[in-house]
Amino acid sequence: MTYNILEKYEMVPTVHLMKIDAPDVAKAAKAGQFIILRIDETGERIPLTIADFDAAEGYVTIIFQEMGKTTKHLAKLTTDDKLQDFVGPLGQPSEIEKLGTVVLVGGGVGVAPIYPQARAYRKAGNKVISIIGARSKDLLILEDEMRAQSDELYITTDDGSKGHHGFVTQIVLKLLEGDEAIDRIVAIGPPVMMRAVAGVVAPFDVETLVSLNPVMVDGTGMCGGCRVLVDGKTKFACVDGPEFDARKVDFNLMMSRLGLYRPEEADAVEAYEKECESETGCGGGCTCQ
Amino acid sequence: MSVRQAMPVQPADVRAHNFKEVALGYTQEQAVAEAERCIECKKPQCVKGCPVNIDIPAFIKSMKTSDFDDAIDKIKETNSLPAVCGRVCPQETQCEMYCILGKKEEPVAIGRLERFCADYEREKGVKAPQRTTSTGKRVAVVGSGPAGLAAASDLAKAGHEVTMFEALHSAGGVLIYGIPEFRLPKDIVAEEVDYITQLGVELKSGYVIGKIKTIDDMKNEFDAIFLGTGAGLPNFMGIDGENLNGVYSANEFLTRVNLMKAYQFPEYDTPIKRGKRVIVVGGGNVAMDAARCALRLGADEVSIVYRRSDEELPARREEIEHAKEEGIVFRLLTNPVKILGDENLMVTGAECVKMELGEPDDSGRRRPQVIEGSEHVVDADIVIMAIGTSPNPLIFEGATGLEKSKWGTIIVDEAGMTSIDGVCAGGDVVTGAATVISAMGAGKLAAHTINEYLL
Repeated sequence: MTYNILEKYEMVPTVHLMKIDAPDVAKAAKAGQFIILRIDETGERIPLTIADFDAAEGYVTIIFQEMGKTTKHLAKLTTDDKLQDFVGPLGQPSEIEKLGTVVLVGGGVGVAPIYPQARAYRKAGNKVISIIGARSKDLLILEDEMRAQSDELYITTDDGSKGHHGFVTQIVLKLLEGDEAIDRIVAIGPPVMMRAVAGVVAPFDVETLVSLNPVMVDGTGMCGGCRVLVDGKTKFACVDGPEFDARKVDFNLMMSRLGLYRPEEADAVEAYEKECESETGCGGGCTCQ
Repeated sequence: MSVRQAMPVQPADVRAHNFKEVALGYTQEQAVAEAERCIECKKPQCVKGCPVNIDIPAFIKSMKTSDFDDAIDKIKETNSLPAVCGRVCPQETQCEMYCILGKKEEPVAIGRLERFCADYEREKGVKAPQRTTSTGKRVAVVGSGPAGLAAASDLAKAGHEVTMFEALHSAGGVLIYGIPEFRLPKDIVAEEVDYITQLGVELKSGYVIGKIKTIDDMKNEFDAIFLGTGAGLPNFMGIDGENLNGVYSANEFLTRVNLMKAYQFPEYDTPIKRGKRVIVVGGGNVAMDAARCALRLGADEVSIVYRRSDEELPARREEIEHAKEEGIVFRLLTNPVKILGDENLMVTGAECVKMELGEPDDSGRRRPQVIEGSEHVVDADIVIMAIGTSPNPLIFEGATGLEKSKWGTIIVDEAGMTSIDGVCAGGDVVTGAATVISAMGAGKLAAHTINEYLL
């Protein structure tokens, strides 16, 4: 069984959106869950958090950034291509309930998984305050979509090219120190950002969740490769998570484990780019030309 | 007295560096000579050692006259995976244990003969099976490992419309992700799965039941359900340092190597850490498989760390011997108490203690006890935990009324029926980690029960 790509475009440089024809996955999907895909027979299995889904239309949207060989290859696919595997929905859905005021924080490509949460929290009757950040305004995604699902929207850019000049954590801190009671914070983005959010919220008594995306193979609890330390206990992010209490996650261990295959990834990217550049290498099979 | 035909194998120093099959299989002459050792007892005992009741005397008799076509037909009457069983069954504790010859000399090599017949047929091209008229009943089989394959095969032969769901991208369960290529070539598993789809079984891979659909959902779509989801959750020891970089569960290590073909990185995209000094904790078949994979990935030293002695090693003797021949080091009566790492959280070794055996415990095996003051460090850059697995709890999500034991296994009655009417279970998800053939036996029993339930 293969999966058709219904739509594909580059949202901002190196960040791509892909709509996949997967009716059964779309029907079962809930905010906070993820999928695992494999491009072809020799491909690796990579987890990606679901960015959007439509049960009636039967599609699931993923948004990914070009990082390693697999995401670079994925970026080159078009609607003429198919994915070999698209498994999901995996992981525990977010526990969306009416709490009052919820702050949603998305950094970089992490805005993508925050979007369905914003929609779900809003639908459940919460006041949604969103903070979305990127290195620069050219790299900011889903601004209009997030604005539509938020009661308040803050934008931050590292270089000050749009919105607040600085980091999402500075807005989080401002809100925490403000008068309005905050009932929950959900932060998704690069590990460094999530670790920084965990640091900022530490002195406050506000439930804060992060969505972890460690290295995975099967995504069903079988390999244990995605294990993370939460409150001193080993958890499997794929079945126990991906969301955990930010204040209890051992981010240093998680970030170190994320780097385990960095040398192999670098070799694979180099070999892949060389192959794409060579005239005979891929024979045009990868559609890069 | 007749001498058992030796199995031709790749020399140890050669095979330690490749992933090709270790045992090469009998030649036709050897197969006939071995078959002729069977004395055709009036009351054959071998069959009672076979969980799937192969008519062993009958297929061996056909082999004596070189009628291998007839022999394989006889095997396939009750066993749809002969090429697998001929390779990985522990025959020494099953059929061959009951062989009368075994009282005075070595028993007939029933497993090797089964393998020969299956390979003979595969080389010739397996003839497509006859499809039965449909009963119009729909049966879901969850899991495509040995239990699921056996159940699906028998259910399809009975004329039911069978859909088999597999969470991973390839069917076969432990035969694909667990047992390495050098013991069970993946082409063989793929062909056995093909045979089952030719019987009319529809395979849906990449379907995680409990997530994409639940048992509750499926009860509306299917007339009966078989759960053969195995024992896929890796156990860890719960000691310090187990989350360091370079500590793998055997499941992850073997899945990367076997399912994802990480030994062919970068042609295949999935990487694996190739250790120079590798420790494998545990003494079962999975531990032997992991150790021998690590060796083939180029390690300088691979050692098995096991808390009991050689005698208690739970792995098949043949696998232990093969591992020793290949140079795997056995650190017996040794147990890790802490995994050690450096400032980058990379594994550097394991602190171990020496053990001695005391009085027998509940399992009847002598209980290992720590020898005081025996702490020592074994250097390693990769540590693989092969200390067993538990059933995966995902299947219980959305399965109203499905009863489980305190170990997380599904509770079934003698016929394999769970607490939900029309839902059977079998294999490791019921028994905890066991053998391929016992799971197949449970799959067949459940198929029989489902048949009676539906008709």
